[in-house]
Amino acid sequence: MKYWRRPLDLDKVCLPRAEVRIIEERCKGCNYCVTYCPRNVLVTGEKFNSKGYYPPHVKNQDECASCGLCQMICPEFAIYHIVQRPEVAEQSV
Amino acid sequence: MSEKSPLSGVFFMTGDTACAEGAISAGCRFFAGYPITPATEIAERMAERMPQISGTYVQMEDEIASMNAVLGASWAGVKAMTATSGPGFSLMMENLGLGIMTETPCVLVNVQRGGPSTGLPTLVAQADMMQARWGSHGAYEIIALSPNSPQELFFLTIRAFNLSEKYRTPVLIMTDEVVGHMTERVVIPPHKNIARYARRKPQVPPGEFLPYKGSDDLVPPMANAGDGYRIHMTGLTHDERGYPDTTAEAQGRLIRRLIDKIQTNKDDIIEVEEDQLDDADVAICSYGISARVALLPIEQARQEGIKVGLLRLITVWPFPEEHVRRVAKNVKAIVVPELNNGQIALEVERCVAGAARVIPVPHMGGDIHQPQDILDAIHRGAK
Amino acid sequence: MIDEQVLDGLHPMDKLLRADRIPHIWCPGCGIGTVVYSFLSALIKSGLDLDKVAVVSGIGCTGRAAGYINLDSFHTTHGRALPFATGLKLGNPELKVVVFSGDGDLISIGGNHFIHAARRNMDIAVICVNNFTYGMTGGQLGPTTPIRAKTTTSPYGNTEHPFNLPYLAAASGAVYVARWTSLDARRTERAIGEALAKKGFSFVEVIAPCPTLYGNMNKMKTGLDQMRFYEENSVIRHGAEPKDVDITLNGQIIVGKFVDIEKPTYLDLRDNIGSIV
Ligand SMILES: Cc1ncc(C[n+]2csc(CCOP(=O)(O)OP(=O)(O)O)c2C)c(N)n1
Ligand code: SF4
Ligand code: SF4
Ligand code: SF4
Ligand SMILES: [Mg+2]
Repeated sequence: MKYWRRPLDLDKVCLPRAEVRIIEERCKGCNYCVTYCPRNVLVTGEKFNSKGYYPPHVKNQDECASCGLCQMICPEFAIYHIVQRPEVAEQSV
Repeated sequence: MSEKSPLSGVFFMTGDTACAEGAISAGCRFFAGYPITPATEIAERMAERMPQISGTYVQMEDEIASMNAVLGASWAGVKAMTATSGPGFSLMMENLGLGIMTETPCVLVNVQRGGPSTGLPTLVAQADMMQARWGSHGAYEIIALSPNSPQELFFLTIRAFNLSEKYRTPVLIMTDEVVGHMTERVVIPPHKNIARYARRKPQVPPGEFLPYKGSDDLVPPMANAGDGYRIHMTGLTHDERGYPDTTAEAQGRLIRRLIDKIQTNKDDIIEVEEDQLDDADVAICSYGISARVALLPIEQARQEGIKVGLLRLITVWPFPEEHVRRVAKNVKAIVVPELNNGQIALEVERCVAGAARVIPVPHMGGDIHQPQDILDAIHRGAK
Repeated sequence: MIDEQVLDGLHPMDKLLRADRIPHIWCPGCGIGTVVYSFLSALIKSGLDLDKVAVVSGIGCTGRAAGYINLDSFHTTHGRALPFATGLKLGNPELKVVVFSGDGDLISIGGNHFIHAARRNMDIAVICVNNFTYGMTGGQLGPTTPIRAKTTTSPYGNTEHPFNLPYLAAASGAVYVARWTSLDARRTERAIGEALAKKGFSFVEVIAPCPTLYGNMNKMKTGLDQMRFYEENSVIRHGAEPKDVDITLNGQIIVGKFVDIEKPTYLDLRDNIGSIV
């Protein structure tokens, strides 16, 4: 994650973090997740799945703010995020 | 009356009232309906009685809704019924099909009046018998019962519930305006003496249960909504899990079973009354009010020395084929009086297959047969 | 490092889906799946006993939802979800009954059932996916198709006035009425949550893309085109007069919560007569 200015208390604040996962075979390539992710975590992938759709690719995992929008908006139940435990999040900052 | 529980004793009541009381005795606790002559009195009786016994009466916006509400209530685990006449019966056909396809126990009463269309709102007919058999689209078997008196309507309503629960299918009571409106003595046995059948529940835990897998008698046990089985029900052709499977194979399996579960249990379902057939040269084959009207010409003919007997169809569908065939072997003619242009007569002809003469006695309804018309037919048959 | 506990299947929502039936039949970009997610997510947050929740659908693309949801689920006939649901609810008042169906199903063939269930204030939560067309049968004119919109049976543009669903629901007696688009997935979830918590007849309309048919015939070829249209043209106006929220082909889509009132339900009134019986 990049900051324009490093927050002074970054080592104390627990930022919400998540890992984004994609079930590629369920994806139908609507691009909703890519378009509406507020952090531009996702891009349209370059490899197609067995039905010929292009599932998204997680490009900026570190940018994910764990907002859950991709998971909510996906009509295919094909993408979800897993919130990391606070202590894990702290370590990875 | 302000009886708070199922009645017992001797009463003087109309057929419609007896039907409502029969339902209550059978354990019916849900009635959805829409007023229509000559079935309205059933709804009115239910509106009065259901709140007294913690049941539900709900007046729906039309008969389509009534039929669906009954199906919904049945899936909630409640014995449910609706009652109507011709125009409403037509509106119920779509979701009668849903009930058959989804194997939903329920009872649908048709107090028949003259049609087509609005026809004769207050006057009798028996002209919906083929609609009862084939009125919903698709291939299926149906159970339909036809009573000849308020007393029998009382008992057949109980039987209809028991058959519907046992075979998981809608059951039709095809009565008529005369039986529905006539007032007669009705004996209601003590409640504990009335046999009530309840649908079989699954014996396996959720997860292992296949809601559309027939048991030995081809009938699947039924889990109700809220039982924790998370069942899926659909009017689409489905597999044993209840999931849509719209293939020729699935259609073959499902429809075959739905038909066979009635066909192979015919002996249990079919009930007829045979009277004076042992020595008969002529048989009357009829049902409901027409079979009752035929009693007088039978007696007159016997007095004249003509040997006439009666085969009264109490179960009309599935059709008592074997009984008709057996009778046909021993008589010269079968006379079929009915209040239509000849519907059940066609079934009789099919079963008799030339073994005896079939003499329909059609009457379009509006009133019952003149006994003389039936007597004339007996004379023709005896020749 | 990942909390795998949340996973029952492949996806966190799989526990409420008949996951063996996923992927579903809906087209790429179809909005129905998103609305199903919002609904299931609202259900989880509602704290309801999920064994006592029943979903009833009619026929249509939206009507297929019942078949994917791992609850007691009923896929009835076209238009008849509400009367079936009425019987289910009255048969067992312990059940929370939700109707999930399409605009054509609920408002055209089922329109009479809709106004009467609302009039009775029957305890049913209704979620209507409005895609302005009959999706399942190939994109025909429906009761919500905007004037001038093209469908396969209005090839020169629709010339019929459509229903304004919140207005219809409110006028018929609904105690909760909201409208969102499927883009507002989170707000849809919240609205459905409120509808589930409400006693009586609650109604949530969710405008959703049908890219294959409605979008394709109306210059929005992809689901994303339709979502962008919602983004640009939907306006949140809580408490708006339902009569003022009608939808036109290219105009604003007013969204928000329009009605939230208290009124005795069918069961409240019925149970009151208990003492006189
Ligand atoms: C009695 C009857 N008439 C017509 C149909 C055909 N039919 C199936 S779905 C449908 C329209 C569904 O539209 P809607 O409810 O808006 O659902 P969508 O497919 O758009 O989600 C129609 C007309 C039917 N199944 N039953
Ligand atoms: S959870 Fe939010 S930030 Fe993370 S990828 Fe999904 S939409 Fe983007
Ligand atoms: S929203 Fe879902 S279906 Fe659409 S592209 Fe993203 S993962 Fe694929
Ligand atoms: S036809 Fe339209 S409504 Fe139906 S699944 Fe496809 S996009 Fe969805
Ligand atoms: Mg639609």
